[in-house]
Amino acid sequence: MTLWERLYLPTIIGGFAVSIKHFFRKKITMRYPEEKWTLPPGYRGIPYLVKDQHGRVKCVSCQLCEFICPPKAIKVTPPGPVDNPQVGSVEKQPREFEINMTRCIFCGYCQEVCPEEAIFLMDDYSMCKHSREEMILNMEKLLELGGVREDRLMKWKNKHNPQRS
Amino acid sequence: MSNEEKVQAKVEVPMITFKVDGQTVSVPKTLPHPVTGKPEPISIIQACALAGVNIPHLCYHPKLPVAGNCRMCLIEYGMPVLDRERKPVLNPDGSPQIRRIPRQAIACATPVTPGMEVYTQTEGVVRARKSVLEFLALNHPLDCPICDKAGECKLQEYVHQYGQETSHFFETKLEKPKKKAISSKIVLDNERCILCTRCVRFTDSVAKNPALGILNRGALNTISNYPGTEFEHNYTLNTVDICPVGALTSRDFRFQMRTWFLSETPSICPNCATGCNILIHSLKGHIYRLTPRENDAVNSCWMCDSGRLNYKWVNDSRRLSNVLWSEAGRRDEIDWETAISKISAALKSSSKGSTAILVSARQSTEEIFLVSKLAKLLEAQTDSLPRIGEGDFLLLNPDMNPNSKAIEIFGLASATPGANVSKIAKAIESGAIRNLIAIGENPVEMGIEPGLLSRLDLFVVCDILGNKSTLEAQYLLPGASFAEKQGTFINAKGRVQRFGKAFDPMGEARPEYWILSSLLSALTDKLWPKTPEEIFNMMAAELPAFNGMTWAKLGTAGMNLLSTTNTTEK
Repeated sequence: MTLWERLYLPTIIGGFAVSIKHFFRKKITMRYPEEKWTLPPGYRGIPYLVKDQHGRVKCVSCQLCEFICPPKAIKVTPPGPVDNPQVGSVEKQPREFEINMTRCIFCGYCQEVCPEEAIFLMDDYSMCKHSREEMILNMEKLLELGGVREDRLMKWKNKHNPQRS
Repeated sequence: MSNEEKVQAKVEVPMITFKVDGQTVSVPKTLPHPVTGKPEPISIIQACALAGVNIPHLCYHPKLPVAGNCRMCLIEYGMPVLDRERKPVLNPDGSPQIRRIPRQAIACATPVTPGMEVYTQTEGVVRARKSVLEFLALNHPLDCPICDKAGECKLQEYVHQYGQETSHFFETKLEKPKKKAISSKIVLDNERCILCTRCVRFTDSVAKNPALGILNRGALNTISNYPGTEFEHNYTLNTVDICPVGALTSRDFRFQMRTWFLSETPSICPNCATGCNILIHSLKGHIYRLTPRENDAVNSCWMCDSGRLNYKWVNDSRRLSNVLWSEAGRRDEIDWETAISKISAALKSSSKGSTAILVSARQSTEEIFLVSKLAKLLEAQTDSLPRIGEGDFLLLNPDMNPNSKAIEIFGLASATPGANVSKIAKAIESGAIRNLIAIGENPVEMGIEPGLLSRLDLFVVCDILGNKSTLEAQYLLPGASFAEKQGTFINAKGRVQRFGKAFDPMGEARPEYWILSSLLSALTDKLWPKTPEEIFNMMAAELPAFNGMTWAKLGTAGMNLLSTTNTTEK
């Protein structure tokens, strides 16, 4: 080391210069959780179930998400042979739909595989609970959090005969 | 099939040679008709199947008469050119000249002729398949997410494999009834039906109950039972299996589970002495459905509804799952080792001939073999309960026990099965019999009063479901159902068939062969084989009737006993 380097003082001054430069710059930290990020489009948050504009549960319990889910976080209970006049030509709705958020890896395969556009990874990312049981979201909760998404196709709507059974 | 026809079938069939996709193949000139058994010219689809070439088909089924209405099996073919003397015209290189037939033909109804050349991969065939699939799917709903057939649907597979990506059809699809109850067990979805008439042909020619047909015309065509007839018999659910789409769905399986989650285990139906080959569809220790497995020596492709739907008891809440020991009014859970050592100690201290064993003809052959060894060791009296039901013309046997033959071979029942029970009851009353072991049988139901049972020194019950006898038992050993263990059944015609294990027994329950082998090991101070394979091979080596069979040789199709007459002496 040269004498200049052994003096230490220039390096300390250099360090202060960096700090002072940042002192006057725009802040990059934020007061989380009061302030939150604006998320980019396509952000993969917690998956929720949605209803269409008429309040119908869009999931038909085809169980493809359960099949594709790499960490096996999704558990769908199929309805069995129940004749529910409410579901019309859809004929099928899950009896229970659970996502274990301790397992979910936010990969988005469920959203991608869903043939009914019933499950979406939304903007929520923070999930803090006191127990493992609370981390399992059931169908009621998933639908409540998911809200409504407009369905432009309305594939299951009976076009001619609403009384069809 | 009459004897005459059987003789005809044995006559050597001449072979013919034809070419498929450039590969030269020899096939028999005729094959027996699937229903009547009369020899019929071999069709292209049959010949190609023998050559290992798969031609896509929807309405054709190897076990049903040919209808030729789906047009899915269109192929192109050529015939050798003949000159005026009916001699084949040769190319300059010496090969016979072939003239292509200008239009496609359906492979299921076109007979093979010598020298024919079949093409299954040409551009014309590919185009034809695409067009046929487009027509079949015109009004077919996009129901796959809610359709029970999805995953095993022929139409879905073919559209994926051979179909086109887009549709030219911009009109609205026809809407038809979606939940029509065609029988008490089956729901018909008219929109999904492609009118292949497999179900109609099945009920006509196999089930001999011509209740189904096609009604109405044109776009309104629909499968229906004829007015005034009911589609109700013991074989209706086979139509659900053979339906190439999801038009016919079983009420029992409707919306229960998607097919791709279920694992299939080859097994044998335990509900009668026919021993139909089946597949157990299960997931996580739960049976969802049973379907027939093809075995031409036993059940062809079919099974009866009563057998198919009788599986719910496997996951019943009455299933026994703990080893229990009761003494002086108390019932405690104990472990297997303690139970086996206590029972063997009690049996060792009692005199020979003071034991009776009741063994069910629902147990596997290996277990019955071990019981016969145990009975010989203890000089025990034995019997088994016959269960007689109603048989029918097709598959159902009046004997409702799957393994009566094994009981007969090992001589474990009296001449008229069940006749020994009253003797055993008297012997218990007089004190001659001090120990009773019931394996899969219910002594109370067989006529031994609970009061008598309390006089016994030792009363062991090994069963699957709780009943009156299990309440009385000193030692209650939970056994495994047919889906939870491996083994063999011998059917009424003497065919030895293996069944496989779909999942582990419930709770503490263990397979009966394990229990019996442990008990024999404790009683004789030598090690008995503990796996069904070892027990079977030991048994087959001992009895000449098994004709050198081994567990491995049995395979999935089973083998016939040498002869059933000379086996009873042994």
